[in-house]
Amino acid sequence: MKRPLLVYAALVLVSAAMLAQSGGELRFCIPSEPNTFNPLLPQEVSSATIIYLTGGVLARFNRFSQKLEPELATSWKVLDGGKKIRFQLREGLHFSDGTLFSADDVAYTMQKLMDPDLHSPTGDAFRSGEGKVVTNILSPVTIEIIFPAVVANLANLFDTVPMLSSRSPQKDMASLGPFYVAEHKAGTYILLKRNPYYWKKDSSGKQLPYLDAIRLEIELNKEIEALRFSRGDLQMITALQPDIFEKLASQNNAQVQDAGVSTYTEFLWFNQVPASTIPAYKRAWFTSTAFRRAVSEAINRADMARIVFHGHAQPAVGAVSPANKFWFNTKLKPHPYDPDSALRRLRQEGFHFDKGKLTDKSGNEVEFSIITVANNHARESMAAMVQQDLKKIGIKVNVVTLDFHAVIERISETFNYEACLLGLLYSDLDPNGVMNVWLSSEPDHQWNPKQKSPATAWEAEIDRLMRAQASSGDEHLRKQYWDRVQEIAWEQEPFIYLVDKDALVAISPKVKNAHPSALHPQTFWNAEYLALDNGGR
Amino acid sequence: MVLSITIGATLFANFLAPAGYEHQFRDSPNASPSNKHLLGTDDLGRDRFARLLYGSRVSLLLAPLAAALSTVLAAFVGGLAGYFGGWLERMALIVVDLFLSIPWIFLLISVRAVLPLNISPQSSVIVTFLLLGSLGWAASARIVCAGTRSLMKSDFVALARATGFSGSRLVRLHLLPNLRGILLAQFWISIPVFIITEANLGALGLGVSEPLPSLGSLLRELQNVVTLRPEPWRFIPLAVLVIVVSSFEILLNRSSNSFSEVRA
Repeated sequence: MKRPLLVYAALVLVSAAMLAQSGGELRFCIPSEPNTFNPLLPQEVSSATIIYLTGGVLARFNRFSQKLEPELATSWKVLDGGKKIRFQLREGLHFSDGTLFSADDVAYTMQKLMDPDLHSPTGDAFRSGEGKVVTNILSPVTIEIIFPAVVANLANLFDTVPMLSSRSPQKDMASLGPFYVAEHKAGTYILLKRNPYYWKKDSSGKQLPYLDAIRLEIELNKEIEALRFSRGDLQMITALQPDIFEKLASQNNAQVQDAGVSTYTEFLWFNQVPASTIPAYKRAWFTSTAFRRAVSEAINRADMARIVFHGHAQPAVGAVSPANKFWFNTKLKPHPYDPDSALRRLRQEGFHFDKGKLTDKSGNEVEFSIITVANNHARESMAAMVQQDLKKIGIKVNVVTLDFHAVIERISETFNYEACLLGLLYSDLDPNGVMNVWLSSEPDHQWNPKQKSPATAWEAEIDRLMRAQASSGDEHLRKQYWDRVQEIAWEQEPFIYLVDKDALVAISPKVKNAHPSALHPQTFWNAEYLALDNGGR
Repeated sequence: MVLSITIGATLFANFLAPAGYEHQFRDSPNASPSNKHLLGTDDLGRDRFARLLYGSRVSLLLAPLAAALSTVLAAFVGGLAGYFGGWLERMALIVVDLFLSIPWIFLLISVRAVLPLNISPQSSVIVTFLLLGSLGWAASARIVCAGTRSLMKSDFVALARATGFSGSRLVRLHLLPNLRGILLAQFWISIPVFIITEANLGALGLGVSEPLPSLGSLLRELQNVVTLRPEPWRFIPLAVLVIVVSSFEILLNRSSNSFSEVRA
């Protein structure tokens, strides 16, 4: 654990020592019009990007060191085992319109955040039990926030809570972050300008941010984004596709970086919903651990990472990516590619492999369909590789690509599907962020959601462990619980994890102080330190 | 001639192709053209030449079938409307207008979404083209209706009716022979339209299922504009599509001209 910290410290020192020039306008793309500018309602990548760049938070989770660092609060203390937190705030801070920041604003933000009418996804993470959240303002710069029950990972949650002003005439648009929203041309761009009241200074005492402005161009098409980057219209691209990464690398290797394995995982699962329309004999296959393990062993993940992702992905281990340094269970390894072992498992389970075809005990030929989202080339290629791999053990796979809404309808409403291949970006590293996936009663428990009681003993065990970790304030105990959940998920494979994608970014050599991280936002997590050589000219 | 060679090559794909269209040469993905792979390999290592032959076969065999289906439907709806006229014609034209106003692609996406999942790639491609045929008759029906209406007002039809021709005899001996040119023209026009529509569906990833190729699914490689410049061989499926569609257009012009000559 010490080595990455040392590397990070060195990077910070190098950054500080670098005489970065102020000024200039940095340009990069967001994929869509933001759904909202409300800092407490981030819904998609675009609004989350704007909120990250404009919002001031009490403590920031450093995307490089993966440690929580002071921001608007100089210190904090978690009390009563995670039911209470006391923040000591910086003095003399101002919002972007000049309004003073104080403990009143923190209390106001918490009140808005926990307002049930707002339906803030950020606020949901703090809802640990019945009852109100109470704030005690001890002084203009000291505040206590008391929750009705223990909130796991309490301090880290404040990384996602931008402070609102209770007094500013600009209301939610008053910003404490390095930038504020200055201009919005619908469908075209959002211009963020330097917050003249931003509190942070660099090691030489110069006020941050270095940049004058950031222009967020709205562009969905990744190809056009790459062309504009090649032309010099844009200076950064986050989450590059591997083929575009390779192309840009061939033009100038210095402008692209593989920041290592990310928390973006691609996976496959079988429909185990009892009320679904799939035949009983197929459901029997899908609920069989041996069948799922055999399918998993028959998939060549290394080939998938090498071919589909041009080597910029790693065979996935399980529920947590190795990019999640603290929570990843290091005892686990990726499932090996072993079609012979897969066939042995299937034979033990009563399946027969003859003349290239696999049949079950009752003589049914093993055939199923995999649905995935159309026009996602990587997923279609992965499905085609799964199809080819499973053919070797006699399983016939039909790949069906559907538009996004049809896929969502099938996996969450009608359950009219057999297997599904999708990907997910885990932006919250804490196990609490995936409670909705692992609790059997939750709607996102995708293979068999909304169970009244756990269908299997291992799901009951996961439920118990997840609840135990959520109600504990002891991080190491929580880690033990979560490690065990990962082990159960590895053994049972309700999700067959395929690959963890690398974080691929493109950054123009003109951009200084960029240290891409594997975690989102990969390129601009240290936006206040980013600078442009010669002001971008 | 060009069309014959293309169709011939696709029919003998089993002998001409160096490998199966689904075989993944995983050690050589995205390979450049070579003796082993004439047009290189795609990103999964599948032989592009084999996929082009099989993909063209799918499009060239099934597009005419879909065109035949749509022409039959158009002849039925348009013929009935033109023959009977009055409220039946008005109703039929309202249905035609409705079909013409529906965005095809979205309708196809919706219909595709409710189809059974466990169908083989071969069945899925047949279903796709059947859908194209059963949804693409409306424009042709309007033309057939106008042609039938015009024939019904002609002197020779009036004479035939006056001499006691039954409805079926009138259709068989006078209407169908005189509508033949229109129907043939609609048939030839529909073929390239369906090939291009399937290509559009393929470009959206909603056409033929993996691993079966079609001209549409092969064109998807062109979406990756960033990687195109150094790999011009990726344009070959597009060139084949242009050649095939142009050949059908030429055939259409020739058949129209010869029909006009016969009539004259």
